[in-house]
Amino acid sequence: MVMKAIYVILFLIFAPFIGGLLDGIDRIISARMQRRKGPSIFQPFYDLGKLFSKEMIAVNNVQLLLNLSYLVILVIAGAMLFAGADLLMVLFILSTADMFLIMAASSDSSPYANMGASREMMQMMAYEPLTLLVAVGFYLTTGSFHVGTIIQQPVSAVLWMPGLLVGFMFTAAIKFRKSPFDLSTSHHAHQEMVKGITTEMSGTTLAIMNIAEYYEMVVILGIFFLFFVNSTWWSWIVALAICFVLFLMETLWDNISARLKWKTVLYGCWVVTLVAGGVNILILMLDK
Amino acid sequence: MAKVSKSPWLLHYDASSCNGCDIEVLDCLTPKYDIERFGIINTGDPFQADIFLITGGVNSQTESVVKQIYSQMPEPKVVVAVGICACTGGVFKECYNIKGGIDTVIPVDVYVPGCAARPEAIIDGVLKALKVLDAKQAALEAKGR
Ligand code: SF4
Repeated sequence: MVMKAIYVILFLIFAPFIGGLLDGIDRIISARMQRRKGPSIFQPFYDLGKLFSKEMIAVNNVQLLLNLSYLVILVIAGAMLFAGADLLMVLFILSTADMFLIMAASSDSSPYANMGASREMMQMMAYEPLTLLVAVGFYLTTGSFHVGTIIQQPVSAVLWMPGLLVGFMFTAAIKFRKSPFDLSTSHHAHQEMVKGITTEMSGTTLAIMNIAEYYEMVVILGIFFLFFVNSTWWSWIVALAICFVLFLMETLWDNISARLKWKTVLYGCWVVTLVAGGVNILILMLDK
Repeated sequence: MAKVSKSPWLLHYDASSCNGCDIEVLDCLTPKYDIERFGIINTGDPFQADIFLITGGVNSQTESVVKQIYSQMPEPKVVVAVGICACTGGVFKECYNIKGGIDTVIPVDVYVPGCAARPEAIIDGVLKALKVLDAKQAALEAKGR
């Protein structure tokens, strides 16, 4: 019980810092891949500080509130994951959080933000089936949805669910807003349609959305962690290292691919879900 | 208090430039000049911008646009006029539709001369603008207290 509380508190305090640092690393590595020098590793924190210090320009009364809800619900999902609660529940709450972001984006009158919101919704449709299959996969492999039980298996879950891991990498690329899946809003090229849902967000509102994204990053990496961890202590270190490598792979992916059309993303994701996820689940069902 | 000059986001608008200066502005983003090393992001969104960078003089059609973008940017903000056209009207000064430099419409903080302005000069101008930005932020905070 005490351990759980410690994990949750550590998550609440350090997740935004880890997310911010990862974002800084991501920006530097991207810059180096493009033969640029890139910003400081602490740039995301400078950005946050600046955003909070700017004059408030609100397009309406609800956007800030909706973004705050997005943040709070995400934090709840993360806290549940780190408390070792039900994985299925964590994933459901994660998608609920996203709904608030969509509402925040569609609450203003900018056509770009509204298009971004509908694209975000479409992205959810693309990755949601696979996310559920991942939860089912963990259940079939370990006999429980509980994160506390999943991490105490004699062998790592990934041995039984490599297909689902590949599928979840697609989900993560969408969630991290990495190219070729950054349809609703992108971290690069800050123009018009590419800006999408964040078009009308400024100052504090945007800062809150950024912090929420850092939390989300840590939650997604936490789920990756579940794939590799088992009851031995050294598997924790290995899992952490693999999570970092997976994150770097997403950066690489981001830099070498161009944005896809939404139909390609949707069908592509579903094909991956069906082939990698479905076959994996089928084998699990027959074998376990 | 976080300094705004650590993360200045830049909005580029072409008021009625011949595109010479615009290309030089885009040059600043290339690996050779890489303005992102100062934390600068080229954004297209006035709500999120701190620096308003304008090329070309103002004509009767872009006047309202320049004013609107300027009014949509949250304080503290600075305006950088890039190229002789943006500073004074340049070669187009006598044209029937040109009002003149950017400062005929909105207050300008930094003037970057040149036709076209060199990327080095633009970066220099933007960094000068950062100092103005910090001064403006300090003034705002002093007023707030
Ligand atoms: S200053 Fe020269 S290059 Fe720049 S917009 Fe004017 S004419 Fe074109």
